[in-house]
Amino acid sequence: MGYRKVACVGAGITKFVRRAKETGRELAWEAAKMALDNAGMTLADIDCVVIGSAPDAFDGVHMKGEYLADGSGGFCKPVMRHFVGGGTGVFSPIHGWQHIASGKFETCLVVTEEKMSSCFPAPAGAFLTIFDHTTEQPLGPTLIWIFALEMNRYMQRYGLTEADIAKVSVQNKLNAIDHPAAQLGAKITVKDVLNSEVLAWPVKRLDISPASDGAAAIVLTSEHKARRITDKPVWVSGVGWCLDTAYWATRDLYYPQYVEKAARMAYEMAGIREPDKEIHIAEPYDPFDYKMLHHMEGLLLCKRGEAARLVADGVTARNGRLPCCPSGGALGVGNPIAATGLMKIIELFLQLRGEAGKRQVPGDPRIGVAQAWGDLMQVGTVVVMSR
Amino acid sequence: MNRKVGIVSMGYHGFSPVTPDLSFRELVYTAASKAYAKAGITPGDVDMFICAAEDLCEGYSISDEYCNDQLGAVLKPVHTVTGEYLQAIANAAMIIQSGLGKIVVVESHSKASNIKNMDAVHSFGMDPVFNRSLRVTPHFAAGLEMSRYLTETKTSEEHCARIVVKNRANALSNPSAGHGAVLSVSDVLASDPVAWPVSRLSIAPRSDGCIVAVLAEESIARSLASDPIWILGTGWATESSTLENRAWGEPVSVDIAAQMAYKEAGISVPSQQIDLFEVDDTYSFKELQALEGLRVVGRGQAMHALDEGRLGPDGDLPTNVSGGSLGVGHLLEATGGQKLLELFLQLSYQAGERQIPDVQVGLAQAWRGVPTTTSAVVIVGNE
Repeated sequence: MGYRKVACVGAGITKFVRRAKETGRELAWEAAKMALDNAGMTLADIDCVVIGSAPDAFDGVHMKGEYLADGSGGFCKPVMRHFVGGGTGVFSPIHGWQHIASGKFETCLVVTEEKMSSCFPAPAGAFLTIFDHTTEQPLGPTLIWIFALEMNRYMQRYGLTEADIAKVSVQNKLNAIDHPAAQLGAKITVKDVLNSEVLAWPVKRLDISPASDGAAAIVLTSEHKARRITDKPVWVSGVGWCLDTAYWATRDLYYPQYVEKAARMAYEMAGIREPDKEIHIAEPYDPFDYKMLHHMEGLLLCKRGEAARLVADGVTARNGRLPCCPSGGALGVGNPIAATGLMKIIELFLQLRGEAGKRQVPGDPRIGVAQAWGDLMQVGTVVVMSR
Repeated sequence: MNRKVGIVSMGYHGFSPVTPDLSFRELVYTAASKAYAKAGITPGDVDMFICAAEDLCEGYSISDEYCNDQLGAVLKPVHTVTGEYLQAIANAAMIIQSGLGKIVVVESHSKASNIKNMDAVHSFGMDPVFNRSLRVTPHFAAGLEMSRYLTETKTSEEHCARIVVKNRANALSNPSAGHGAVLSVSDVLASDPVAWPVSRLSIAPRSDGCIVAVLAEESIARSLASDPIWILGTGWATESSTLENRAWGEPVSVDIAAQMAYKEAGISVPSQQIDLFEVDDTYSFKELQALEGLRVVGRGQAMHALDEGRLGPDGDLPTNVSGGSLGVGHLLEATGGQKLLELFLQLSYQAGERQIPDVQVGLAQAWRGVPTTTSAVVIVGNE
């Protein structure tokens, strides 16, 4: 099946910070303007706008997409917001792809924004109402508790230790030192992670990405537009998404089947048969360190239970055979939910164009995959990009 | 690229002011089951699912978590559009046109009866820095807009009241409508003032309900239904969410969305090429304003069309024959779904006693409500 080709021709990203002085709209404007400038385009060249932003409770604004529309360049244009929880950021280019691949539009500005600091005193409060109101909310669960369950199950299944998993945090925070937008780039050790405050065992403070404010944007165009704009278009060559049941307690949490299904959908479209060999660079979602491992397995980049060994062997380092999260990931760059997903897409865009500066992975990468995850450990969104 | 997209079936449940017997999940399950049964498919046959919902109306943060189980869409590509049902329909059409999916389901529901204080929810839609601190209520913003529209077009409050009388009477012929009534113009004008010139009866009351549509590309649509309804054009647009930046009296977003849809559908004279209209009537004046934004009548001319009886079920521009939101009840993001449902029933000659004869093309238009300036338009035909 031939699809209309869709290219990424420009990208912009604000600095990710704990508490931005800018409003959500201003953050969206900043990222959108950077992306347009990067592509050498103006708003007049944009046919439509798609907006990705996670729960309204973060910004404290009902119908957040409407609120963000002006800042995202949507004034008097077709604007549509999509929402798949934490998986939103990687769904954003998929939604943009749908707009252009349909033949209805030639250019699409894709804007993602999150301002978690507005949720006071702690953004985690926005997650108290994500649980079923009858069967779960009376138990008073928090987001970290359920991820602690998942992390523990993953460790038990494969006999992994907390130290095996901590290596991901060490790698990603180190990578983030070279990212100009990064909030938490740092040189830390496995011992630092293990000694950090226990939040809900086995999850410790340094196993988790921070709460962040930030925005990211890209410009997508049809093939003939892209050829006029740049000689280095990066193609959106595969898209996939998948939502599992909300009854998460009925699933075995050791493996993200929904990520695998989303990945297979994207790989089939991109013509990838052996992802572990054909993909040069990966940006799996890493809001927790164990999640990068979990997602590497779901993305079929390695066998189940083997991801931790690849990290330990340096395979996932920036100069390794399969660089994972060369950007620094959510753990290092920060995690303004929807903007994080698009940050990963932007990392692929820059890496595949050879424009990632100090973060550039060696070996002339040509194919990359980015993925995000969210809801009640339930949704996988996957995009394959190629040069 | 010009794949034809058909609506194979629509399932619905509602529309009544309260549904104490059903949870939102049960509402969705009921509507989806009907839609699948009518199309002769199972959810396993569906490639993608789209839900239209907003967190604060659902009462959940990240409410998209809960949209798939009762649709039978577990481990399927499912996403939520935080927008109007008609925008989700446009999204589904784009997916089918891209070739990525052959059968796509669109769902939205309203469980408005669960919301204790809808005005407070709407107030959270205001800009938190510049507007919310003014304690502007949604109806007050609508009052400003209505006042501006009446001034600019010299339309009277009586004309707006007659829209209420018309739509609530139309609803009496719609067994699904939750708010059918025989009212007089003086009943409407004498109803409690809410924010002048908006009075209680000029505001669409709310209903609960769910609407599920099954869309498919042409060959599959023809195999699943003897007479599918075809999507001829879609359009949507946002003007400005900031109160300071908008053209208060003019339906700018309706105009942009309509022109986009007309271009795709090849429509140049909407009043002649479209047989019936289901347009936004969240507030009574909105119906008149929408018909002008759609360029069905000229600016300031909608009141004359009403005077001449052209907007009634027997007129040449039948508008909101279903009863509209004033008569059926406003359904939150599913509101446009009810409008599309009416077109689906009319164009497939299943509208019972309110059936309009010889209908071939219909237009649905919805607005996302205060404080937004977002409108969506879908044009459908049966040939």
